[in-house]
Amino acid sequence: MLQQALDFTAPPPPSAGTENLRAEVRDFLASELAERTSQQRAASWSGRDRAFSRKMGERGWIGMTWPKRYGGHERSALERYVVLEEMLAAGAPVGFHWVADRQSGPNLLRYGTEEQRESILPRIVAGECSFCIGMSEPDSGSDLAAVRTRAQRVQGGWLVNGTKVWTSGAHEADYMILFCRTDTKSDADRHAGASQFLVDLDKARGHGMTVRPIIDMRGDHHFNEVAIEDLFLPDDAVLGREGEGWKQVTGELAFERSGPDRFLSAFTLLAEAVQALAPDASERAAIALGRLTSHIMVLRRLSRSVAGMLQAGDDPALQAALVKDLGNVLEQETAEVIRLLVDVEPEDDATEDLPAVLAHLVMAAPSFSLRGGTREILRGMIARGLGLR
Amino acid sequence: MSDQLSDSAERLLASQVTRDVLRAAEGGTWPAALWAAVEEAGFTAALLPEESGGFGASAAEAFAIVGAAAAHAAPIPLAETMLAGRLLADAGLSVPDGVLTLAPVRRREQLTLTLDGGAWRLAGTATRVPWGRQAAAIAALAEGPEGPMIACASAGTFTVSNGRNVAGEPRDAVTFEGVVEAATTQVTIEYVRAAGAALRTAQIAGALSRILAVTTAYVQTRVQFGRPIGKFQAIQQNMAVLAGQAAAAGAAADMAADSLANGLTAFAAGAAKARAGEAASLVAALSHQAHGAIGFTQEYELHHLTRRLWAWRDEFGNEAEWNEVVGRAALRAGGDGLWPAITAAA
Ligand SMILES: Cc1cc2nc3c(=O)[nH]c(=O)nc-3n(C[C@H](O)[C@H](O)[C@H](O)COP(=O)(O)OP(=O)(O)OC[C@H]3O[C@@H](n4cnc5c(N)ncnc54)[C@H](O)[C@@H]3O)c2cc1C
Repeated sequence: MLQQALDFTAPPPPSAGTENLRAEVRDFLASELAERTSQQRAASWSGRDRAFSRKMGERGWIGMTWPKRYGGHERSALERYVVLEEMLAAGAPVGFHWVADRQSGPNLLRYGTEEQRESILPRIVAGECSFCIGMSEPDSGSDLAAVRTRAQRVQGGWLVNGTKVWTSGAHEADYMILFCRTDTKSDADRHAGASQFLVDLDKARGHGMTVRPIIDMRGDHHFNEVAIEDLFLPDDAVLGREGEGWKQVTGELAFERSGPDRFLSAFTLLAEAVQALAPDASERAAIALGRLTSHIMVLRRLSRSVAGMLQAGDDPALQAALVKDLGNVLEQETAEVIRLLVDVEPEDDATEDLPAVLAHLVMAAPSFSLRGGTREILRGMIARGLGLR
Repeated sequence: MSDQLSDSAERLLASQVTRDVLRAAEGGTWPAALWAAVEEAGFTAALLPEESGGFGASAAEAFAIVGAAAAHAAPIPLAETMLAGRLLADAGLSVPDGVLTLAPVRRREQLTLTLDGGAWRLAGTATRVPWGRQAAAIAALAEGPEGPMIACASAGTFTVSNGRNVAGEPRDAVTFEGVVEAATTQVTIEYVRAAGAALRTAQIAGALSRILAVTTAYVQTRVQFGRPIGKFQAIQQNMAVLAGQAAAAGAAADMAADSLANGLTAFAAGAAKARAGEAASLVAALSHQAHGAIGFTQEYELHHLTRRLWAWRDEFGNEAEWNEVVGRAALRAGGDGLWPAITAAA
């Protein structure tokens, strides 16, 4: 009874439908990714490729569960899950549409106006539209309710001021879902007085919004600082209900955490290691690789059961947080375990696959338990689910 | 059906597995009333095909019952009786009533069957046999003149030297010397150990879910520094880890049940046992830490569960053994074959 909030329902067994789809996706990936190097694959869902997303759109593999009237395909959450996991396991460059498919689109479906949905969802489905997440700020990371960016009512709309940070893909995305204050902060309820806005970035960049790259420690440009100064947003940019931002953003975070991208980020490295170590690997290597594989098999079941619960209309936010936490631990361990089994040093510029992929994962690893909610925050949610907070 | 069955198992076990029953079992007393109630309810037949006395339960349902028994630390060979019956039935032998167990359970132990005037004679010794002393019959895997066979060795055809695991559960050395029923089989010791591993996974998962409940309740009531210790963030973070490990063991048990229902592979059952064994170690340590000294006493219930975890994680193959099996399979599959192997098995 106590832990019911954290119960997992067993995932539905694979069906002919899901397995035919899986075969179809594998065929597609075998030809589409033939030229892609292991190091490129290791970027996992951080890899962005507009053309690839468009091809996925043509296949009907974006917005799979959404209603047909918005271009969606009305397929099940489990079919969608098959496409996601196959893409991730193969290291497909899904980053261009990933956020839109995972959270922004579902958020629009839940809270968007008919006009917002009709104008945007079909473009996401086609792989033509990219979203970024405007939540974090310099003084508001884990404590999202502390956001200071503020939208003030003006004639015909809103005027926004503030700074967003760590905004992945803000330099390329078409839209941002911006989370900010629309009312002064109340001491009685920190979660009141916030709202979400749908920001058309083509109109915003250079007109009140300045996107500056933040180069990550690997030397890559994924995230950005987004300075917002007197940015005008029309009334119809409000997403959902004014003042309901906290409830909406919490729902969005549940989508953000629910998928296989939270335990498969290091899969390319495991596959590389298995390939490099070959069947006559030492007993120590077999045990260590077997352990990582056992963990992935179990995580996959947990993750599919989250998909099954979504399909059944349940709200598996806590289960998703738990799977993300377990998954992030495994992703991070993967690099640490494998480096002790192989006689190579991590090397970004290596021409061989293993040292290059190892270098990628060693340096990407710290982000896994930060992005999408830190380990400590997730564990705090789980503790709340247990009734301890 | 599944819920009904596990609910009724839960009710029966909750009422029957009392503190006194547990204490007496530790002292070597067989819990006859508990066993009679479990048999009466039909739970021992949950893995049997209907023509051998089963009632059409799925492997998942059988595993749920085994998990419920483990959650109460029921000191009875329910998993063993289910599995031994299944092995006998699969070989076309009749399944006797009463307590059943199986042998050998360890690698590198071999029993032999020889024809003696038209009758099968079983010989050899198997160690660490669960509840050997209590068995009405033992499903014994043995080498026959033409290959592997399964024998049904009734009480009287074997002698027992008592031993126990760290939870005080009987783990006996059994020496066979007598005439038995026997049939040829495809089953190998690897299969038996994988099936045993699958059932131990279900038991570990059941025990972990109970430990999660017990420990959660404890940290909400134990007060130090003027508040329940569950209000301290360090405790909360550990409890979240504990919950994650319990969930992982639960998924591992489901995976093992699926595998058993679909022909049982060492890859899936082994991955399940290895993952659950790792969870068992972490949860045992975290739950004791959260309980402080009270959890270290004989009086308090926690040790009935944690000592079983320390036994079960090693029985039918520990994490190293099964992870190596899984790892070898992964290495054989190779870089491109690994993912398809995973999706086919899990
Ligand atoms: C690669 C990457 C991409 C990202 N992309 C985006 C994006 O696209 N959009 C976006 O909005 N954000 C993005 N983020 C930001 C991410 O959401 C934040 O990093 C995260 O929420 C943590 O905030 P912070 O970095 O400010 O750390 P802080 O919140 O300052 O946390 C620092 C440390 O303190 C701990 N801590 C904080 N509060 C508590 C508490 N109450 N109890 C215990 N420990 C606590 C944290 O767990 C952490 O270990 C991205 C981050 C990364 C690394």
